[in-house]
Amino acid sequence: MQGYIYPNEFELQWSLLIVLYPYLTGLVAGAFILASLERVFNVREVQPTYRLALLTALAFLIVAPLPLQAHLGHPGRSFEIFMTPNRTSAMAMFGFVYAWYLMVVLLLEIWFDYRKDIVQWARQATGWRRWMYYALTLGATDLSERSVSFDESAGRWLTIIGIPSAFLLHGYVGFIFGSIKANPWWSSVLMPVVFLFSAIVSGIALVLVLYMLTTMFRWQKIDMTCLDKLGQFLFYALIVDASLESLDFIHRLYEAEESIDILSQLVQNRLFLSLIILQLLLGTLIPLIMLGVTSPALRKGGFARVSPELRQLIYLVSAVLIQIGIFSIRWNVVIGGQLFSKSLRGLTVYKVELLGIEGLLTTLGLLVLPFIILWVLVKVLPPWTEKAATSQAA
Amino acid sequence: MPDQGGMDRRAFVGDLVAACLAAGGPVLLGVVRVAEGQAAEGDPGYNAADHYYGMGIDVAKCIGCARCVAACKVENDVPPEPTYFNTWIERYVLRTDGDVDVDSPNGGLDGFPAPRDEQTILRSFFVPKLCNHCANPPCVQVCPVGATFITRDGVVLVDEQYCIGCRYCIQACPYGARYMHPEKHVAAKCTFCYHRLVKGLVPACVEVCPTGARVFGEVEKQPTPLARFLRFNDIQVLKPNLNTKPKAYYANLDGEVR
Repeated sequence: MQGYIYPNEFELQWSLLIVLYPYLTGLVAGAFILASLERVFNVREVQPTYRLALLTALAFLIVAPLPLQAHLGHPGRSFEIFMTPNRTSAMAMFGFVYAWYLMVVLLLEIWFDYRKDIVQWARQATGWRRWMYYALTLGATDLSERSVSFDESAGRWLTIIGIPSAFLLHGYVGFIFGSIKANPWWSSVLMPVVFLFSAIVSGIALVLVLYMLTTMFRWQKIDMTCLDKLGQFLFYALIVDASLESLDFIHRLYEAEESIDILSQLVQNRLFLSLIILQLLLGTLIPLIMLGVTSPALRKGGFARVSPELRQLIYLVSAVLIQIGIFSIRWNVVIGGQLFSKSLRGLTVYKVELLGIEGLLTTLGLLVLPFIILWVLVKVLPPWTEKAATSQAA
Repeated sequence: MPDQGGMDRRAFVGDLVAACLAAGGPVLLGVVRVAEGQAAEGDPGYNAADHYYGMGIDVAKCIGCARCVAACKVENDVPPEPTYFNTWIERYVLRTDGDVDVDSPNGGLDGFPAPRDEQTILRSFFVPKLCNHCANPPCVQVCPVGATFITRDGVVLVDEQYCIGCRYCIQACPYGARYMHPEKHVAAKCTFCYHRLVKGLVPACVEVCPTGARVFGEVEKQPTPLARFLRFNDIQVLKPNLNTKPKAYYANLDGEVR
């Protein structure tokens, strides 16, 4: 602690779990936006990642509310957000935004996309798997041409609804922070937009890593056209994200409001590692250079013509660095916003606890859980199709 | 700064208040329980719509004895730790070179250490802080379930049976007036001693203040102590730029106070 903080500010209110929450929802929104590239914007190259991206979004969305639930003083009362939402509260919208996204967008889209396959799996499978797949058809086993084409158009429309919904889901999380006028580090109209683009960046990066790993572990050949396209979009999204962050930063510096002194101290002392080193250098600049040079983002074939194997490695490293950078962004927003006093006269400290409900172990558990759920989802609804395999061969 | 004699006076007042509280504590706690047992509107004959409360604080009168803090802790069952306060006292020491030292060790309860470099002190003063009971409270705006609310008589309260403990209100309060109750796991704050108001009593901090630095009462009615306070002083509120419309009105407030 240095300087003066209000006595009630000694205890940090929102812990590591609340860092995790926007990180997880960001991955959901980003993975979904990637999926919609193929479906709505006809970016054919990324087709091999379409279903994987949808399942990834679902796995992370299921886990997203858990850190919030674990953080509540009275978890048993959380249903009151649904029952008696306060209409003026940004947070009260959470239940509805979440339910809309899970029920209307994601589950429906996945169901329409998989229905034909589910029916076929139900017919081929035996034993309990047969019954599971029959249950998943929800009784709609009609595979006539008309029925299948309805699936197709319904899925397309759901994606079109889904894009603004994904924007809503994560832009809304940004609004929860950006609308707190008491906190000059959070209070910014750019916050929802910054959240959104960092979400897109993190979602693309995650699906890129998952696509590479799952393809390698299935001993399949990685589709380099797809990977190059992912690298390209990752670069574009990162450019927009970095520009918005810079705009926010420059705007604050230029306006130099009452809070500028304490915020400068905050960045130089408390957030130097997580903001300057992890977010800016490792999470943004280095990936930008690596992707800019090797991916086809700026020049067809990239500036440096490197072998596909090396390119894969560069994409993988960039994507992992970007994940570290995006997690740091969430940390810098959530924890950073609580490390200075609202008296603007002092800084406090946050020590992550190891055990306990809000500790490091819980957080790691909640970070691993979506991958376990994804593993189950992939077993039940394999995202790789014969068609994709032949396109890889071709 | 209080000299040695001032310290004695403070100690005397402290002992006096402590003795009174020791004698009256059980009775006061009984009052709390009675008030909790009844509806928020309180005792028969009390009509919330007839009142609209605020507090005046004269910075020039505060001697930093923190009897208000002690009384509040006992009266409202505030956790004893030095990180939970419904009200606390800040000491400002303005230096000749423009520097400002602010401190509030244990909310002022244990007194204040002698300031360093007395030669460089330009001015110093104490500022009592508490929930501003804003007319436009951001905490009430953000509460996802409506567990924190404004009463008809203008007091911002938390429903302990309803608060889910998300801490959004604590983040939204610009004054650091809220905290998470370590045992009840709900947001907690100054209530203007609502259980006393409905009995026609003033808040405990006002009751015990030896210098009359705190003036409690009706904001809108004319022949009242607070109305007189508002009329005869230059009044400021904290962080007016945030448009929270506080009802803690400060007289003789320095611009350094945030």
